[in-house]
Amino acid sequence: MSDSRTNGSSEVVTTVLGADEIILNMGPQHPSTHGVLRVKLKLDGERVVESECIIGYLHRGVEKIAEHRSYQQFAPYVDRMDYVAAVSNGLGYCEAVEKLLGAEAPPRARVVRTILTELQRIASHLLWLGTHALDIGALTPVFYCFREREEILKIFEKYCGARLTTHAFRIGGLQYETYDGFEEEVKRFCVDFAQKIDEYETLLTENRIWVGRTKGVGILSAADAIALGVTGPVLRASGVKWDLRKAQPYAAYDQYEFDIPTREAGDTYDRYLVRMEEMRQSRRICLQAIEKIPTGPIMAKVGKVLKPPPGEVYHSIEAPKGELGYYIVSDGTTQPYRVRVRPPSFINLQAFDKMARGSLVADVVAIIGTIDIVLGEVDR
Amino acid sequence: MANDPSEKVPPSQPPEGKAEGAPVSPKAAAPAAAAPPKAGAPPPPKVVTAAPIPLDNELVQRLEAHFGEAIREATLDRKQAIVLIAAEKLREIARYCRDEEKFDMLVDLTAVDWPKREKRFDLILILYSFAKNERLRLKAHAGENERVPSSVEIWPAANWLERECYDMFGIVFEGHPNLRRILLPDEWEGHPLRKNYDILKQDTAWVRENLGIESGQ
Repeated sequence: MSDSRTNGSSEVVTTVLGADEIILNMGPQHPSTHGVLRVKLKLDGERVVESECIIGYLHRGVEKIAEHRSYQQFAPYVDRMDYVAAVSNGLGYCEAVEKLLGAEAPPRARVVRTILTELQRIASHLLWLGTHALDIGALTPVFYCFREREEILKIFEKYCGARLTTHAFRIGGLQYETYDGFEEEVKRFCVDFAQKIDEYETLLTENRIWVGRTKGVGILSAADAIALGVTGPVLRASGVKWDLRKAQPYAAYDQYEFDIPTREAGDTYDRYLVRMEEMRQSRRICLQAIEKIPTGPIMAKVGKVLKPPPGEVYHSIEAPKGELGYYIVSDGTTQPYRVRVRPPSFINLQAFDKMARGSLVADVVAIIGTIDIVLGEVDR
Repeated sequence: MANDPSEKVPPSQPPEGKAEGAPVSPKAAAPAAAAPPKAGAPPPPKVVTAAPIPLDNELVQRLEAHFGEAIREATLDRKQAIVLIAAEKLREIARYCRDEEKFDMLVDLTAVDWPKREKRFDLILILYSFAKNERLRLKAHAGENERVPSSVEIWPAANWLERECYDMFGIVFEGHPNLRRILLPDEWEGHPLRKNYDILKQDTAWVRENLGIESGQ
């Protein structure tokens, strides 16, 4: 059995399989691939010898679309990349365009943005926790996680009318004032949530099956993570204490106290613990922010027609999945000349092969889950 | 639908030529407002004419000392450092940046197409240094049929990024271990992020081939 393919120089690359080796396709329609990810595994018995991710099934040409839209028109499209963390996508894009314009959102807008983005981080991590645990065989957490995520989505819905693809922010600030009772609802959620995280942990953290399925699985060293450009919780679980919210603060993060959780082993279990702690820290940020939301305008004066001066800018934020960057080139017209999105899921997924080699087929499911990818963002 | 953006004229200079430092203030509008308005004359176009800020910090000096002519230009745009380098020296400069200047992470690698320019592509590498908490943007010009050195052996992260760049722009990276399309199917024709790529033509062909009908576009 052989597997041939062509590379860019049109020479044929042939993989010769050993006597006990087989090629196994996982996906693109597989419940544990979290979307349309196809993984081609070369197996020696139950062990993964080599793997290849085949992506692009959800490619919509977002970067090309941007070149035919005005700056404001493109803003809703970014929500469709990482569609489980649309608010974070919007924050990154709006801030990037503001930087390009030389504008800055007013303090009140920045604080509200921070609160909503942190709630989004919790929602994104909850979805990850529920589905990841479900993949590995823990059925209960997903119901709990969706219960709390629902509360966050309700806050989003009340705020801007949408639950998932929110388009919550505008270039220059916010379109909507917070609704009556916003502070109380966020506060109530955050106060109740502390106990909920403990509840999830009682289900998993010391559960023998969970520990057995995650400890020592999909190890990624810090050096490998940096070389592969991996960011976010995956990088922090490998022992690199780096978070853009601290390293290069944006929105209102410089005003709040929070810790950056890190772990050393870089395995699936550590990535689980890092994300659990991150939810606690997000909660902490929300509670601080909600105490004193500045009064004042919510929108900077940026004008209705945006024509950023020619030039370019790169701006990135700490999205739930890692560094989400926007590189925007302006030619002085109303439409961006080029928008490049640096998608954390795409770049983190590249580390999959490193993590999967030598592991069992069953662990591949755990590894896909632990990277926390969203295919809408991988493929764009 | 405006699908032929090759008509869109890029700024008279390549973008780094128009780079600006600080957040832009609308200074350019001031002289226009001060001038007595002539009846019937169209208002003067609002052009921001801030000169590019040349960058001359220690990093640039060290780079120039090492690579001389290969460092073409260093500018600051919106407080972000951009160094224009010669494409053929990309690998050496990249290696130096990683080993000596501690830019240990390749954040992103992408390209921008300027079809009217002699060398149409800007190849962009965004680097980050954990030690300095600093970003650096390397930029190289590349012609349509030019092969540029691959950075995969310096930053393994470049593997998929260069594949995407090849997929979207058709830039060929010399020394890449597996330069194939990544997001689009292998049999795809053309490179969509080139400015002269015709979306409608592709759509018509695809619909005819896969659905057996004429596209309504």
